[in-house]
Amino acid sequence: MTTPGSKKDIISQLQRDILQWEGFVPPEAGAAKGIGLGPVEAAFPNGVFPNGVIHEMLCPTREQLAATSGLLAGLLSALMRNGGPCLWISKDRRLFPPSMGAFNIAPDRVIFIDAGNEKEVLWAMEEALKCKGLAAVVAEVKEISFAQSRRLQLAVESSRVTGFLLRNDLRKLSTTTCVARWQVRPLPGELEDGLPGVGYPRWQVDLMRVRNGSPGSWVLEWRPEGFVQIEHKATGITETRQVG
Amino acid sequence: MKKRYVSLWFRHLLTDWTALRRPELKGKPFVIAGPDHGRMIITAASIESEREGITVGMAVADARAVIAGLPVIDHIPGKAEKLLKALGEWCIRYTPAIAVDMPDGLLLDISGCAHLWGGEHDYLKEIVTRLRSKGYDVRGAMADTVGAAWAVARFGKVKPIISPGMQLEALISLPPTALRLEPGVIEKLHRLGFYTIKSFIGIKRSALRRRFGYHLLSRLDQALGGEDEPLQLLYPMEAFHERLPCLEPIRTATGIEIAIKTLLENMCKRLHSEGKGLRTAVLRCYRVDGGVVGADIGTNRPTCHTGHLFRLFELKIASVEPALGIELFTLDAPKVDDISPEQEALWVPEGAGLDDSDLLDLLDRLRNKIGAQNIHRYLPQESYWPERSVKPAASLAEKPATAWRTDRRRPSLLLRKPERIDVMNKLPDDPPKMFVYKGERHEIKKADDAERIEPEWWRRKRPHRDYYVVEDEQGRRYWVFRSGHYTDENSRWYLHGFFA
Repeated sequence: MTTPGSKKDIISQLQRDILQWEGFVPPEAGAAKGIGLGPVEAAFPNGVFPNGVIHEMLCPTREQLAATSGLLAGLLSALMRNGGPCLWISKDRRLFPPSMGAFNIAPDRVIFIDAGNEKEVLWAMEEALKCKGLAAVVAEVKEISFAQSRRLQLAVESSRVTGFLLRNDLRKLSTTTCVARWQVRPLPGELEDGLPGVGYPRWQVDLMRVRNGSPGSWVLEWRPEGFVQIEHKATGITETRQVG
Repeated sequence: MKKRYVSLWFRHLLTDWTALRRPELKGKPFVIAGPDHGRMIITAASIESEREGITVGMAVADARAVIAGLPVIDHIPGKAEKLLKALGEWCIRYTPAIAVDMPDGLLLDISGCAHLWGGEHDYLKEIVTRLRSKGYDVRGAMADTVGAAWAVARFGKVKPIISPGMQLEALISLPPTALRLEPGVIEKLHRLGFYTIKSFIGIKRSALRRRFGYHLLSRLDQALGGEDEPLQLLYPMEAFHERLPCLEPIRTATGIEIAIKTLLENMCKRLHSEGKGLRTAVLRCYRVDGGVVGADIGTNRPTCHTGHLFRLFELKIASVEPALGIELFTLDAPKVDDISPEQEALWVPEGAGLDDSDLLDLLDRLRNKIGAQNIHRYLPQESYWPERSVKPAASLAEKPATAWRTDRRRPSLLLRKPERIDVMNKLPDDPPKMFVYKGERHEIKKADDAERIEPEWWRRKRPHRDYYVVEDEQGRRYWVFRSGHYTDENSRWYLHGFFA
């Protein structure tokens, strides 16, 4: 009869099946390349950064928005490796295109859409997510209802385009269909040997919610070659983790 | 195809219009007059006042002697042309080729149009009765040439429709004025006793030319069909033009959709056969009440794909107001380009690049909803000044002329306008120790050396800027600068960007 060991096997097999039914296809052998996030990727189901879904990033302040666009630029450089362009939709854009060069992106391959209002941002995002030729779509939104996020989810399910929602109003946070909720905060950078000057950009990356994965918190730094994880040190900043 | 023309003559254009605007004047004698050499001269007189002997060119004082208390309305220069244009626009439902014939007429090129109204007789009757029912005293005539139609409309007494090839018979009994001649020539003809065209048409051409000039011969040829007379059309015909008249006025969105689809299908079929693709399209809907509504679209590359073009129009159908109904749809393609046949890809790469057709279709949709001016792509520009270091790309295909610079740190977010900050610093050329931005104190813990950026010498109006990358105690990184030298009285500190 069933032994405890085989029961465990059955459960893990079932979990894998459920994941597959939910659309998390395990990576094909050879296609596994990763997105360069290192240990953060392990938090996602199957240990792979999910493409073709919507990620939500919280950036209530301008400083956090800057940090988030830094991390995002790092992610985009991996997503745009195949030559696909990226769409950046916003209402009130401050992003400075030349800064993306530092994250190995050719800024001329990003198309900026400056919509007139929130409704147009969401409409443009939905239309863009239906387009198969794109590497990623980024939209800065204030408010999104569950139904609206469901529409976006339906759009990506057929096109497999990765979407990023930058939310800048935390008071209007509600349940969405997004697969992951991130928060990125700047941390003091450090140069080797305690030299003076501002070092590489360093962030506190919190994965506050991951569907079928394990949330966590990491310290990452962007170097010219990619993301590097920095071991936890006492940074003197109180961690406030809210789970939405 | 044999050409046919209709000439319309509005005998009392200005007074008819005035009577329409001011019903109390209808059926009463009144005149329109304007100042000329210190006198008020009549420029238009209503039928009733003409019956009393008042003519155009008379002084108002003389007319008042005939009818005491004659209402005089101010003459508005250019009004007749405006009115004729509006009437011509209304007539577009009968033919697309319409020209204004100053000072009081319209010319319609009706080649191949009359059969749609059940023959030439019904066609002309329809136009004239519709215009008369509006309140305009109009006469119309139809002939093979502009000249003959013009003459018969104004001087014809027998019948308004001149059968093909019968211009000479129709004109022969008319006075020479019917040939649209200059007043001097007419006077000369009258002096010599030529009161009808018949009396001089038999004279040798060389003799006529010597006596009356070349113009008379040219007008004669134009009226008889020996010489072409081009019209200056109100709406120049586009090479690609589609029309869809409706039996019943269309009032629903579904109806408009079907009309647009039909027009696009016909247009695309023609474009496709000629190897062209559409870049811009203009839809015009002519309503029963005389209004014209429309929508226009543009595409990023030439296309003749009906489905895609229809999706672009679909976004705009909501803005087409049918009111009482639309009776005519027209579709023009003012801008077309050669289309290069797309090669079927055997193997579709994962990321498609900027020339992918899906992406271009998407951008067309965005462009038509959000506006072309709100879609940007940036290329590097050779300037150190941050605001001028990027320029918008002219097209999707444009490649950067120079490489993007990455040797200097540039902030992720750049404020459109630098914001003032209050700063405390120890030494003149040191980065600040502390700054206050929006009421919050930021203690600077780390900073990089200054980067001095000067405006180009041909723009030396502003002071240079000394930029510092600074990091505060919480690790937030900013781009601040001091404009001008430390010792300058006007030197100020600003915050310009946020680093990742």
